[in-house]
Amino acid sequence: MSTATAQKQGFGATLWDYLTTVDHKKIAILYLVSGGIFFLAGGLEALLIRIQLMVPDNNFVSSGMYNQLITMHGTTMIFLAAMPFIFALMNIAVPLQIGARDVAFPFLNSLGFWLFFFGGVLLNLSWFTGAPDAGWTAYAPLSTTSPGHGMDFYVLGLQISGAGTLIGGINFLVTIINMRAPGMTYMRMPLFTWTALVTSVLILFAFPALTVGLFLMMFDRLFGAGFFDPTMGGNHVIWEHLFWIFGHPEVYILVLPIFGLFSDIISTFSKKRLFGYSAMVFATVLIGFLGFMVWAHHMFTTGLGPIANSIFAIATMAIAVPTGIKIFNWLFTMWGGVIRMTAAMLWTVAFIPSFTLGGFTGVMLAAAAADFQYHDTYFVVAHFHYVIVGGVVFGVFAGLHYWWPKMFGKILDEKLGKLAFWPFFIGFHLTFFIQHFLGLMGMPRRYWVFHSGDGLDLGNLISTIGAFFMTLGTLIFLYNVIITSIKGEKASADPWDARTLEWSIPSPPPFYNFKQTPLVRGLDPLWVEKRQGNGKMTPAEPLGDIHMPNNSFIPFMISLGSFVMGYGLIYQVDDSRWLFVAIAGLLITLGSMFVRSVKDDLGYHIHKEDLEEKGAGSE
Amino acid sequence: MANKTSESFEFAKKKNKEEMKHHLITFASMIVFTLIAFGMVIGDFHRLFTIPVIILMAVVQVAFQLYYFMHMSHKGHGLPALMLYSGVGVAFLTILAMQTIVWW
Repeated sequence: MSTATAQKQGFGATLWDYLTTVDHKKIAILYLVSGGIFFLAGGLEALLIRIQLMVPDNNFVSSGMYNQLITMHGTTMIFLAAMPFIFALMNIAVPLQIGARDVAFPFLNSLGFWLFFFGGVLLNLSWFTGAPDAGWTAYAPLSTTSPGHGMDFYVLGLQISGAGTLIGGINFLVTIINMRAPGMTYMRMPLFTWTALVTSVLILFAFPALTVGLFLMMFDRLFGAGFFDPTMGGNHVIWEHLFWIFGHPEVYILVLPIFGLFSDIISTFSKKRLFGYSAMVFATVLIGFLGFMVWAHHMFTTGLGPIANSIFAIATMAIAVPTGIKIFNWLFTMWGGVIRMTAAMLWTVAFIPSFTLGGFTGVMLAAAAADFQYHDTYFVVAHFHYVIVGGVVFGVFAGLHYWWPKMFGKILDEKLGKLAFWPFFIGFHLTFFIQHFLGLMGMPRRYWVFHSGDGLDLGNLISTIGAFFMTLGTLIFLYNVIITSIKGEKASADPWDARTLEWSIPSPPPFYNFKQTPLVRGLDPLWVEKRQGNGKMTPAEPLGDIHMPNNSFIPFMISLGSFVMGYGLIYQVDDSRWLFVAIAGLLITLGSMFVRSVKDDLGYHIHKEDLEEKGAGSE
Repeated sequence: MANKTSESFEFAKKKNKEEMKHHLITFASMIVFTLIAFGMVIGDFHRLFTIPVIILMAVVQVAFQLYYFMHMSHKGHGLPALMLYSGVGVAFLTILAMQTIVWW
């Protein structure tokens, strides 16, 4: 789709192209499509949960099924929907924003995606035999003693997709540090790139805690170890710590890139330089830093003692300060700007009050003494949906509207975009605002049924109606995607009159991105050229041969091997012959790695003469 | 390291000599540290004395390794150093939490 030779290819050729691609723009599309499918699955699970809670004493799904639904809804939405959306946006935007031709390690980029994908598929295959049912947090001993194979799928699936995420994070870290175009200093990077950098650091430091926790749980469940079993000298509180040492930074991993893209969108559609750029960078780094010392606020009721609780309560409240800096900077950027209310901007403007509400309840929950009242009630459910849906999901919709032309060369229909926004926005507040009060009235989280005398009928009904509105909004957005891909007009290079480097090249960009690496002369480089130059980026180098990586099928095979190995490991508990499957999977993975190691793959060059002929370049 | 003038050659030579000196000093002190560590265990000192001292010497040795043998003392290692120390910080915090607020 984004190659310079955009001739009609057969379906098989296109499929093979995507299976082997190492191009960051195509990997972005892969992340987007698979994340979108998992998002729909997670959304369907959410809808079933809300139908079950629509009326009192409902028997729509059984209690066991309900546990599987809530577990898979949480796990899918966080790991298999939000994470790939973040990676899709990072893949499409970051290399272009810093003036690079690809990420630092294109092969690893592909490997990261396929590991994530096969991990997600493994996790969802559990639906055929019984899905995980111990909650997305998988607290021991509930998770270690859960019968059946559901939790084994959780452990292995997340382990495999987590490895992919870790690889992706390291890749972006190296890309942003090493591959910036001449003149693109740290303090000239667009905010989205900055937040992607901090997010990558958080991934690097947070995911190992999850990896360790999942390994311990794997040994507990599959090989009879007792890390989380007090009767064998273990301790289940260790899981809680490991999970949240990962889990809390994870929510910042999700929301920081969204903060960054909102900053870019607000500055573009307000036609103003971002207010307080350096304060925004500082706040991003500070949130990343503080994000690592607040995890125990998920565990106030575990019994850490008053001193630990107080320390973590204060650290948590401190995060409100950099977040507040950001909120005010966004408002001040819009203040006095020439605001264009496009669909992307609409999602962005709606995000600010929605997310701030979630922030308020966050500070309430951070008060350890008060948290004893809120803990494990619908108040918490309302809080984290306000920050994750009101933050991340709104942000993904905004980001897709903003970067769709860069990804697919067509602008998503603005009218339909706004039409999708309103039911989703209204439905979102209908669903989750009332849940604050359900929680305060005493409705516990993860409850299968409530009874007619509990006084929770009306609130739950409203909440369910809201969920249907959100579904409607999502369907309209999907319809928009289909209609745009059929009928949409071709987008120009810079349809939004934007400010950053990705809009200086055609939409969609040629596969080598920049014919000549651009010279960056300031913050918002394209805007600088529009005001002080001829509106085009000045090349920083003469036209020359471009070195490109070859496509490779090896990442797919490595990931397929770990998928097979995971399946074998899960079932070797029942029958030791499954160990052969596990070993076969291991051999596929190791064999593919071996081929990768011994076979020289030096890539190829696009020659200067061909580039001159094509004429497309950094304009 | 293409030394065009004899002056820069002399400078590089001097610098290499200096570096060699550092290498030898750190290498020798690392051997001494190891001897001390073994000596303390053989000498049967009190545990509360032995363990902190050994840990302290281990930390110093890691620093030697990073700064003198892996060239972190040279210019352009700001970011790797930042990342290293952040990682150490996170790991330390984790261990501290496991030691202090995990109850049995």
